Amino acid sequence: MAADEHQADAQAHANTATYLTIFAILFVITVVEVGIFYVGIPRPVLVSVLIVLSAAKFVLVVGYFMHLKFDSPVLRLLFAGPVFIALAIGLALLFLFGVFRLGV
Amino acid sequence: MSDHATTQHYTSTGLDSRKLAMWAFIGSECMLFGALISGYLVYKGRSVVGPTPEEILNIPVTTVSTFVLLSSSLFMVLALAGLVERNMAKAKLWTFMTGLGGLVFLGFQYYEFSSFVHEGLGLTTNLFASTFYTLTGTHGAHVAIGVTILLTCWVQMLRGKFGPEKAPVLEVAGLYWHFVDVIWIVIFTLIYLLT
Repeated sequence: MAADEHQADAQAHANTATYLTIFAILFVITVVEVGIFYVGIPRPVLVSVLIVLSAAKFVLVVGYFMHLKFDSPVLRLLFAGPVFIALAIGLALLFLFGVFRLGV
Repeated sequence: MSDHATTQHYTSTGLDSRKLAMWAFIGSECMLFGALISGYLVYKGRSVVGPTPEEILNIPVTTVSTFVLLSSSLFMVLALAGLVERNMAKAKLWTFMTGLGGLVFLGFQYYEFSSFVHEGLGLTTNLFASTFYTLTGTHGAHVAIGVTILLTCWVQMLRGKFGPEKAPVLEVAGLYWHFVDVIWIVIFTLIYLLT
């Protein structure tokens, strides 16, 4: 029965209404992303806004659909660690290959 | 028997070992896709011949496929909720719909790839093509594996061999499916919208 109790506990934190709300938010964010892509705002603003919106969608799916918000800190660490490493290596490569530049 | 089969996966950490293993796997997959996305971005704009991303990427079609994949993530949580509530009709419906969403997404990817090839963008045409096909093709392979897992669960549900006691198994399959969705969220922004 432990599995059922565990599952019920995870589910207790998020119900169908929560899932529908999260999906609606994801839907709206995606519409906004595509909308601003076609509006033609300055590129630095576009890049910043799109990255923030994409990160918001990432956090919502991982937090609510994957239940990480309600799960063990061990699992959060197991996920956040590699994500941090991937981001660090990605940024390092972009600087090394001159895609990003520090200073002049 | 089924209760025993489920509880024996709990470790001294109090965590289901299958779930722990899936999260460790997802972590390693993050680094794999991090490398592929970095590779794409590093070589972006360095192709000496066309077609270029600006000329060839079809944002409206990809937007639709993105909505399909996002919807399948919703279907996945509804399927798991159905199984936990012991509502097998709900679990069967949404598990099938999740798999169907994945198949539709793969259909869009097949359409995209074939139209690109018709427009002269082969795997080795330029740096953009090589990095783009490697990244999105690897993601597509993950979607195909996810569809296979989900439809297997669905068939087992139809045969009466996948009941509420298997909810942790569907949860682990769901984690993989949501991860595939999360990666697409990143790819859609960095590769399609930031062309």
